[in-house]
Amino acid sequence: MKTTSARFWNLSRTLAAALVLAPALPAQTGQPLAVTPPARASGARNGELTARVEIRMRGGYHVNSNTPNDDYLIPLALAWDSSLVKPLETIYPRPELQSFSFSDKPVSVYAGAFEIVTRFAVPAKAPVGMAVVTGRLRYQACNNTMCLPPRTVEIRLPVEIRAGQ
Amino acid sequence: MTIQLRAIGAVSVFSLLMLAACSTSSQVRGGSPSVKPAGERNTAPDFTLKDADGRSVSLSDYKGRVVLLNFWATWCGPCKIEIPWFVEFERRHKDKGFAVLGVSMDEDGWDVVRPFVAGIGVNYRILLGTEMMAEQYGGVAALPTSFLIDREGRIAATHVGLVSRRDYEDDISALLESQ
Repeated sequence: MKTTSARFWNLSRTLAAALVLAPALPAQTGQPLAVTPPARASGARNGELTARVEIRMRGGYHVNSNTPNDDYLIPLALAWDSSLVKPLETIYPRPELQSFSFSDKPVSVYAGAFEIVTRFAVPAKAPVGMAVVTGRLRYQACNNTMCLPPRTVEIRLPVEIRAGQ
Repeated sequence: MTIQLRAIGAVSVFSLLMLAACSTSSQVRGGSPSVKPAGERNTAPDFTLKDADGRSVSLSDYKGRVVLLNFWATWCGPCKIEIPWFVEFERRHKDKGFAVLGVSMDEDGWDVVRPFVAGIGVNYRILLGTEMMAEQYGGVAALPTSFLIDREGRIAATHVGLVSRRDYEDDISALLESQ
């Protein structure tokens, strides 16, 4: 159990670090979005498989939704490059309408943790076994005071094709 | 109890030192906390970019003027807050040797920039930026990013992200008056 003075010193050190680092904070513009594809998506020939891509935004940041409500905004978009399985539908979460000082109307965004779900059709002649399907997630992130340039990240989705019934 | 009193004392002394440092810094900078003293300014890299009419524009064309070099994009919400301020600064200070140069970082080029600029009524020069030019200015990792350049072509202040209109006004006044 920590004593009161130990707790006080910890707090003091934290405050001191915050004061020293404060001028450097505006330069912290590293990517605020982390993408985690599923460990594996599996499906049988002549059937479907589903991939849930998890996305987590750093606190204070958002990305435009896939349906931004301003023509100039860059939408979040997930595209798959696959001849193995055929994308049928990509389901984006319901966007949040958030108010920002820089917009006179609420902006359609995603923030925090969310997932994008894609349904794929597995062709009858798809080779049985493991493969990797690649996708590209394009996004453009902002916080209250700044925006980062649009970026595209590659997603590698391990896919298991089963023989089916 | 004695340890706690010592801790409070140490933090108080640290805080006072920090406040004193900030205060000294403001005095040196002559009223605008973001404007560097003349001796600490680096030369702004020269560049040549195209404007909406296809004319080449170089930063060196503006030597002798105070320049607000603003990196922005049509998809950047916070940039849209600043643009009307810059329109006003251009109108108010143009005759005193001041100019705004807006460098758009839109990948889609004039197809998106031209209608946007026309719609918002920009009265200053807009140029289309390149990655190479942005690299000269440290990469411009976030927008808006603005540089205040003094009459000798040196970077006097840098703002990354949206700052207050007052910050810009103080910077511009300090640079226009420092002759």
